[in-house]
Amino acid sequence: MKPSLAGEGPRASGIVAGRLPAEAIARNFSDIAPRFDDHEAMVAADRCYFCHDAPCVAACPTSIDIPMFIREIATGAAESAARTIFTQNILGGICARVCPTETLCEEACVREAAEGRPVEIGRLQRYATDTLVARGGHPFARAAATGRRVAVVGAGPSGLACAHRLAMLGHDVTIYDARPKAGGLNEYGIAAYKAPGGFAQAEFDWLLGIGGIEVRHGVALGRDLTLETLRADHDAVFLGVGLAGVNALGIEGEDKAGVRPAVEFIAELRQAADLGALPVGRRVVVIGGGMTAIDAAVQAKLLGAEDVTIVYRRGRDRMGASEYEQDLALSRGVRIVTGAVPLRAIGDGALAEVEFAHVREGEAGLEATGETFRLAADQVFKAIGQRLGPLPSRLALAGGKIAVEGPGRTSLPGVWAGGDCAAGGEDLTVTAVAEGRDAAMDIHAALCA
Amino acid sequence: MADLRCDFVGIRSPNPFWLASAPPTDKEYNVRRAFEAGWGGVVWKTLGLDPHIVNVNGPRYGAVWGADRRLLGLNNIELITDRPLETNLREIKAVKRDWPDRAMVVSLMVPCDEASWKSILPLVEETGADGVELNFGCPHGMSERGMGSAVGQVPEYIEMVARWCKANTRMPVIVKLTPNITDIRFPARAAFRGGADAVSLINTVSSITSVDLDTFSPLPSIDGKGSHGGYCGPAVKPIALNMVAEIARDAETRGRPISGIGGITTWRDAAEFMALGAGSVQVCTAAMTYGFRVVQEMIAGLGLWMDRGGHAKLADIVGRAVPNVTDWQYLNLNYVAKARIDQELCIKCGRCFAACEDTSHQAIAMLPGRVFEVKDDECVACNLCVNVCPVEGCITMERLAPGATDPRTGRVVPAEHANWTTHPNNPMAKAAE
Repeated sequence: MKPSLAGEGPRASGIVAGRLPAEAIARNFSDIAPRFDDHEAMVAADRCYFCHDAPCVAACPTSIDIPMFIREIATGAAESAARTIFTQNILGGICARVCPTETLCEEACVREAAEGRPVEIGRLQRYATDTLVARGGHPFARAAATGRRVAVVGAGPSGLACAHRLAMLGHDVTIYDARPKAGGLNEYGIAAYKAPGGFAQAEFDWLLGIGGIEVRHGVALGRDLTLETLRADHDAVFLGVGLAGVNALGIEGEDKAGVRPAVEFIAELRQAADLGALPVGRRVVVIGGGMTAIDAAVQAKLLGAEDVTIVYRRGRDRMGASEYEQDLALSRGVRIVTGAVPLRAIGDGALAEVEFAHVREGEAGLEATGETFRLAADQVFKAIGQRLGPLPSRLALAGGKIAVEGPGRTSLPGVWAGGDCAAGGEDLTVTAVAEGRDAAMDIHAALCA
Repeated sequence: MADLRCDFVGIRSPNPFWLASAPPTDKEYNVRRAFEAGWGGVVWKTLGLDPHIVNVNGPRYGAVWGADRRLLGLNNIELITDRPLETNLREIKAVKRDWPDRAMVVSLMVPCDEASWKSILPLVEETGADGVELNFGCPHGMSERGMGSAVGQVPEYIEMVARWCKANTRMPVIVKLTPNITDIRFPARAAFRGGADAVSLINTVSSITSVDLDTFSPLPSIDGKGSHGGYCGPAVKPIALNMVAEIARDAETRGRPISGIGGITTWRDAAEFMALGAGSVQVCTAAMTYGFRVVQEMIAGLGLWMDRGGHAKLADIVGRAVPNVTDWQYLNLNYVAKARIDQELCIKCGRCFAACEDTSHQAIAMLPGRVFEVKDDECVACNLCVNVCPVEGCITMERLAPGATDPRTGRVVPAEHANWTTHPNNPMAKAAE
C-alpha cells in the first residue's frame, strides 16, 4: 500500500469514514483464529495427555470435560465431542471464540507447565462445536412439558444459557430483551474479528432448536414491563440484564463531541453493514485496561486510525485484559501507556487533546507524581467499566450489582440473577453461561419441589 | 570413531545396516541410491522362478498409527518380486560390480523341491552376490502355494532345504525365519542342523491391521475383500528382540550368527538387536517411512554410542546382553524397588495416579495442589507409573538397599540373591543344601 498523503486515509483529520480501502478492511476484520481443518484438529488433539482430574476442567467456569472432548475429536467423533461441550456449556461455540483461554483452561494445561505451549483447547472446542452445528439439527431433546412458565430477562449469555436449560427440562420460557437482536454482548460487544459472519445470531437460532422458548425483542425491564408483572405472570424470573450503564470519567470536557463510551463504538461496529462507512478518529485515545478497551483500540486501528493509544491508570500486570490481548493490541500498532489518569479533555469546540496526570501506586492507593502530559486526540473512548442500569429498587444490591446467594438467588423470592448484572463472578461470557445454567437448575429444583 | 565394519558369515560390509528383502531392494535404481545414501548392504527382494508372480493392483499396505500419525506398524500383502528372473539377475550383477564393498545378499523363494533350488543357486552365484537368504518367512500369498512361512513353520522342511542349498552353492546361506510359530528355537535349530550359516529374523507377523467400518472390509481392501498380511515396523520390535534372544541363548544355537530384523528404526534399536546377539541388522519399514537417508543417523548414532561406551568394534557389543536374558524363575526376588517421583520434573498430569489407583496397587497419593506421592507401603514397583508418565525420567524405580525395611511387607531387604527355585511357596522348590 502506498504511504498515505497528509489529509487522506489514516491521516485525514477528524472522525471520518473510509480511512482504508475495502480490501484492507475486509482483511483486517476476517476471522482472527480460523477453524482448524480436520488435519490441524488431529495434530492438536494428539497433544492432550488425558490428565486425571484435569486442571483445565477445574479452570473452566463451565467445567467442560475437556480431556474427554479432545479424545473424542482424536478418535474422529467430533459430534460426540461437541455434545460433551454443549452438555456443560450450550454457548460453547461463542466461548470457543471469545474465552480468554490463556488465563483459563490453556493456562492450566500441564503442557503449558511442561513446554510453555498448551494444548489449543479453545480452537479444538471451536472445531468440535462448528462441526456439529454444521451438520444441522439440535443435539438435545426437550423433556416432557411441565406446564411451568419462566421469564428470562436479557438474551445475553447468561439468559440464553438459563433459557436453554429450563426449556430442555420441560419448562416454557419467555425471553424479554431490550435490543432488536438477541445475543447481548455476543451480538453487540466483542471484537468483530472474533465472531465474524453473523455467528451470534446463527448460534442463537440454533440454540432455540431445543423448542419451548419464546423471544420478545425490544422489551425493556422498567420501561415496558415491571418485575412485579413478570413475577405475577410466571413461576420464576431470571434476570440476566447485563450492565447497561457506563462509568463516567468525571473530568472536564467529558461532554465534548468525540468523547464516548467504548461499548457504543463496539456495538455500532458490530452492527455496521459496511465497516468502510464507519467513521473513526485519526488520533484515538482509549481510557481503561480491560477487554473493552482492547477491543475498541484494536478495532479503531483496524479501521485505519493513524494513532491509537490505550491509557491505563495502573501497570500492565494489573490490566483486566490478558497478556495475550495486550500483545494482540501491541502487534496491531496500538500503544499502551500505563500509570496515568485523565485530567481533562481539551479543545476549542471539537476535541483536540486529552491531558493526563502520571500516577503511581502509593500506600493509600494511586497518588499523583506531579507530572502531566497531553495526547492529541480527535476521539476518546471511555472503557473504565460499566454499571447496572436502572433496576427495581426492591432488589438488594452488593457492590453495585444484584446481590445473589448460591446459584443466583436474589433477595426476592422467585427471582434469580446471573451474568454481569449479578454480584461476584468475573464478567466473562463463560462465567455468565455457568451462572445462567446453574440458576436454571436451581429454578428447576424449586419448581419441582 | 568406532569401527563399524561388519563381517557376517564372511559377508563384508562397511557398516552393519542392511536393507531387508522388501520393496526398497526390488530393483537396481533403488539399491544404487541406497548405497549412495550409505547402506552397508542389501538383501535383494526375493527372487522366484519364472513365470514371475503377479501382485494385486489395489492397495498393498495397511497401517497402525500412533500420536501425530507416526507410523507404528505396517502390514503388506505384496508378494515376491514381480519382475522376470533374468532382469533381476542382470541388475544384481551390475550393482555388485559397481559397489564391491557393499553386502549383496539375494533372497530366494522357490518350490520345495531340490531341482528348483539347484537350478536357481548357480544363476545367483554368477552375479557375484555375496550370499543368499532363504525366504521361509512371508506369511501371505506365497504360503498358500507351499512356500514362505509354509516352509518356515515346518522345521523338517527348513532343515531339508537348507541342506540342499549348502550342497549346491559355495555362497553363505542365511535362513530367514517366520515369527508365526509357537517356539522360534525349533526352526532355528533346524536351519543350523541343515548346515545354514546363519538365521535372520523376524519376517512379518500375520495380521489384519484394521477394518473399514463403512464397508466392513478388512484393510487394505481389494474390491471389498481383504486378506491377512505381514506386519512389521516399530510395533513388532519387542517380538523380534525376544525371538533373537531366544535363539542367542538356546543351548543348541548359542553363538551362531543371527541377522536381526524387526522394527529397527533408529541406531538405538539396532544396538539393542546387536546386544542380544545380532551380527548384522536389516531395516525396511524405517526406510519405507522416511527414505534411505535414515541410515546416516543410524551410522552416526551407533558410532557415538560405541565411542561413549569405549566399544571399539562391533564384536565388542554383539551378544553383550545375552548373558542377562534369563528365565523368570531365576530373577532375584530380594531385589526390592519403589517408585520415586521427581517433583521438579512433574507436570501434574495425574496419569500415574489414575493408572495406579484404577488399575494397579493404589500406591500413589494425590495431595492438595496436585502433588503426587508414592505410598511406599503399597508400592510393588510394577513400573506402570513410569510407563504412563509423559515426562521421561520424572518417575524412576529406586532399589531399597539391603538392610532397609520394605514398608509394604515390613521385612528387611536381604543382601543375598533368592529366586523362585528356592522360594518356600514353590511346591517344586529345591531344599537348601
